Amino acid sequence: MILNITAVVPENVIIFSKLILVLPFLSFLLLGITGISKFKNYSGIIGITSMLITFVLSAMVAFKYFFNFGKAEDVFQKILIYKKEWLSFSENISIDMGILIDPISVMMIVVVSFVSLMVHIYSAWYMKGDKRIKVYYSFLSLFTFSMLGLVLASNLFQMYVFWELVGVSSFLLIGYYYDKPQAVAAAKKAFIVTRFADLGFLIGILILSYYSQSLDFITTIDRLTSESEFYNNSIAASFIGISALTWALVLIFVGGAGKSAMFPLHIWLPDAMEGPTPVSALIHAATMVVAGVFLVARLFPVYALSSYGALNVVAFTGIFTSLFAALIACTQTDIKRVLAYSTISQIGFMIFSLGISGIGGENGHGYMASMFHLFTHAMFKALLFLGAGAVIHYIHSNEMKDMGGLRKTMPFTNLCFLVACLAIAGIPPFSGFFSKEEILAAAWQSNKTIFFAALFTAFLTAFYMFRLYFKIFWYIEPLKAKAKSEGNLYMIIPLSLLAFLSIFAGFVPFNKIITSDGKAFESSFHFTFSLLPIAVAVTGILISLYLFKSKNNKPAIISSTFGSLIKTVRNKFYIDELYIFITQKVIFSLISKPSTWIDKNIVDGAVNITGNATQTFSEKIKKIQSGNTQNYAFWYISALIILIVIFTYMYY
Amino acid sequence: MREIGIEQLLVVSTILFFIGIYGFITRRNMVTMLMSIELILNSVCLNFISFNKFLHPDKLDGIFFTLFVITIAAAEAAVAIAIIINLYRSFKSIDIEQADELKY
Repeated sequence: MILNITAVVPENVIIFSKLILVLPFLSFLLLGITGISKFKNYSGIIGITSMLITFVLSAMVAFKYFFNFGKAEDVFQKILIYKKEWLSFSENISIDMGILIDPISVMMIVVVSFVSLMVHIYSAWYMKGDKRIKVYYSFLSLFTFSMLGLVLASNLFQMYVFWELVGVSSFLLIGYYYDKPQAVAAAKKAFIVTRFADLGFLIGILILSYYSQSLDFITTIDRLTSESEFYNNSIAASFIGISALTWALVLIFVGGAGKSAMFPLHIWLPDAMEGPTPVSALIHAATMVVAGVFLVARLFPVYALSSYGALNVVAFTGIFTSLFAALIACTQTDIKRVLAYSTISQIGFMIFSLGISGIGGENGHGYMASMFHLFTHAMFKALLFLGAGAVIHYIHSNEMKDMGGLRKTMPFTNLCFLVACLAIAGIPPFSGFFSKEEILAAAWQSNKTIFFAALFTAFLTAFYMFRLYFKIFWYIEPLKAKAKSEGNLYMIIPLSLLAFLSIFAGFVPFNKIITSDGKAFESSFHFTFSLLPIAVAVTGILISLYLFKSKNNKPAIISSTFGSLIKTVRNKFYIDELYIFITQKVIFSLISKPSTWIDKNIVDGAVNITGNATQTFSEKIKKIQSGNTQNYAFWYISALIILIVIFTYMYY
Repeated sequence: MREIGIEQLLVVSTILFFIGIYGFITRRNMVTMLMSIELILNSVCLNFISFNKFLHPDKLDGIFFTLFVITIAAAEAAVAIAIIINLYRSFKSIDIEQADELKY
């Protein structure tokens, strides 16, 4: 593997990448610590400026990395450009704070800072007039800081620290409208579910670091992928017939699945839509939820070379979630929830694409495709959410039934939304087509079952996205153009930029720059192969056109035909109910209640008995202290006389 | 008529001491209790004097101590009367049985 730093890192890149982390943090401090009224009117400006600089710096680092210093002997290097030992446990294991750049982290900083910048600008319009706008911007900055820290982390534990920070800022932002009980419940749910998954991540980290004797990414990957004593030990040790390494990787994936909302830990993401819409765009669509994908990609060599089993878990979780979420998305009526399920479905695509991938050259097709899809998805999903935000801002409702016929009153949003829908449906030449194509091609080469499931999901994706589109913008006769404007420049700029990228991001040559082993490979792009996915997507679109272009009773007939089936799907396969059943009926009554009983009656009981006995005893003896001075004197003198008598007899 | 020896003096001192103790324990009036304490002090002084005279006639330690005791008894009487006056202000009485709140 790639270990030594052969590339020469320019001095300014080191400074830039430090600044990328420092700037959002500074803006968080500035907005978060100073009083509520200070900078209130400038909070947007401060947030946007710091994010703009961060984005420019990220772009410069990316540009220099890809075109200047990143390559050595035609291979993109993993370069540790900054390292500071922070907490050292033993000679080998220490928690470092460092910055590791390689193709994926460089791509991620660009994506994160770009989407974050767009959302910062958009929020200036969307959140205008909000009382706590300053707090809002400080949370956004905190989130961006933690996400950038996560992708640049050089150390598993450093990643874990930022991982939790991301969770916290997500919690804060979901619960931003803290006077809405659903928002508070959603924030708690998101935090508890991801926290529960992070327990798996932590245990995974501990197992992995125990066997690799290192927390450092480069060292860990190097030790666990080559024939070394570390590798052999981790394979030899086993638990229930599965090697320790596989356990560690599966547990780490559990953490990733929690953050990326993979089945069965997906339940928090749709509820997280209670947060402000720009937040949904930033966190719950484009950046934070891909942290799980990034985590698997970061440790990908270990997954691919050392543990085939763990990789299979990744693949099947991905494809199942993808299909499952797409089915649910077809029946939801809250537009943000449809988008949330579509996010889960698309992240499922990225995850299974990693799961079916091998390493090196052509085998690493899935890896490349996954990163490609992550990139394009961030663009069009952010666009979809910001578009949905514009619609919600206009209508003041999330429900599809309140919408319809908006194409005349909101022409700009209509156009952007259409672009994003075409991109996610995979119609050429929009960006989603290329990345989805790569994923399907990779699936075709490795696993036919997964390929057909993915194809069906692609069909569903096209169907539900256009159901959403038609329900919002067509469905009923267009309303008369109102005088109310769609939005100002703060809304138009981000949407146009994202729309532009949603169209053209597909032309980025990912097979040249982001591959499993850092080497470029020729992607076999066959037009004949892509005919089938395109046909499937077009079918999906045509079906929604037939059903939802104008108001009719066809959808009602279909849903009554499949009555109970549709009902099950609409209720999200009763997964939430299942969770409630498991927690309340099984865990609460079988585990929590007995342990509460033991705690109350035995543990507390022992303490109470001691306390009560002491109290009763002192209750009895306290009467001796009568407060009567003469009594005391009497007892004192009596005792004195007795003692004198005793001593007299003893010594004479 | 016999010479007065140390025994007689000590007997007087002991009787004085126990009269003082008895008074201290049985009297309810605080001023009387203070007087009982004076009796106890005087019995102690008598002891000092007697031992000094009969056991170490060449030294004056006992006498010095007696002078100390008298001085300190004067100061103590002042403090005690101040306390009694304060108690009287709080309880409108100088009965020791009324002043039994400092308990438990």
